Amino acid sequence: MDGVHDLGGKQGFGRVVYPWPKHDETWEPLVRALSAFAIKRHIYNMDEMRHAIERMEPRHYVSAAYFERHLTAVATLLVEKGVVTREELESMVDGMFPLAGAIGPGRQAAPPQSFAIGDRVRVKNEYVPGHVRMPAYIRGKEGVVVRVSPPYPFPDTAAHGERAPMEATCDVRFRSRDLWPDSCDEALNHVGVFQSYLEKLERV
Amino acid sequence: MAHDRRSEIATPEQRTAALELVLRRKGELPETFVHDFTEHAEDEWVTDNGARMVASAWTDPAFRARMLADGTAAAREMGFEFPEHHRQLVVLENTADVHNVIVCTLCSCTAYTIIGAAPGWYKDLDYRARVVRESRTVLREMGLDLPSSTEIRVWDTTADHRYMVLPLQPPTTVGWSEEDLAKIVTQDSMIGASRLQGVGG
Repeated sequence: MDGVHDLGGKQGFGRVVYPWPKHDETWEPLVRALSAFAIKRHIYNMDEMRHAIERMEPRHYVSAAYFERHLTAVATLLVEKGVVTREELESMVDGMFPLAGAIGPGRQAAPPQSFAIGDRVRVKNEYVPGHVRMPAYIRGKEGVVVRVSPPYPFPDTAAHGERAPMEATCDVRFRSRDLWPDSCDEALNHVGVFQSYLEKLERV
Repeated sequence: MAHDRRSEIATPEQRTAALELVLRRKGELPETFVHDFTEHAEDEWVTDNGARMVASAWTDPAFRARMLADGTAAAREMGFEFPEHHRQLVVLENTADVHNVIVCTLCSCTAYTIIGAAPGWYKDLDYRARVVRESRTVLREMGLDLPSSTEIRVWDTTADHRYMVLPLQPPTTVGWSEEDLAKIVTQDSMIGASRLQGVGG
């Protein structure tokens, strides 16, 4: 989905707060532990977790700190999986307990292809309503495969709680000036891209 | 002052406590899980793990080669662990002419069992939005002014393998013991937000 979480290359942001000020919030490690508990118990998978964060109301996403986004996703998924109810959570707090928006259907992987280091590839020009791990800044762009990684469950399927096929990813190298012509610093940009998102280009 | 508290979002502290209590009351969450997990994460998943790998790579060319070929195996060799969904650790070698920097634009993925929990700035929106497009500018703002001849390679962690940067060894530290070297390796240098200085640098 083309959500606000897809931040790569978005303009208007400011200086990175660096170094980050030290703070000691006890609820943050607790969120981390509750999240780990649900994952360890296989109540949901990491792709479902990421998609739940993406489904947050955009204004809430942008204003929430990292662990608040995680908290919202964990609570949303535990409600959706029937482990707790929204009413139980709301009855225990003084104010609203916002959850992420509703989930839609996932999609299937493309027919298997094989890629090798050095292959020239193009990222498909796809607009996906559900979960996808293709950042918008590479959509339709051309690059070169520099590494092929071990297979993972295809996230566009797995994030929707459906049984996902395993699929390898390619680290694809792009030139920043191909991604943002005339409006970027010179660099080589690498992105881990699932093979379903890619099409092979003929060698020149 | 009349004020409808129900229309405001409850504090994250309160929401987190509520979620924990509901899970406990239902008997879902074992009594000791939170304590045990937090203690394990804080004791075991620390920056020192990555720092020790880097120090080994600097002093042992054979380990360096193994680490660059298969970061996961090199980490396991030193006794470090990975969560189930981290399938591969990819080690990116900085050289005099190449500087690698890591980001996760879609969320905030890192090899947290190896380099430690990601710092706040790495997870913040400004870094995620800008470092892919304005890498040199962002690094300069963060205090790393790279020569124009240095090639910058940005790595966006969009799949479930994880990256770490193998920083350049400061020339003034050649000959140091592995133990002393590990002490100078910072988390930021393994993300690529900084380069390491020698003694007194």
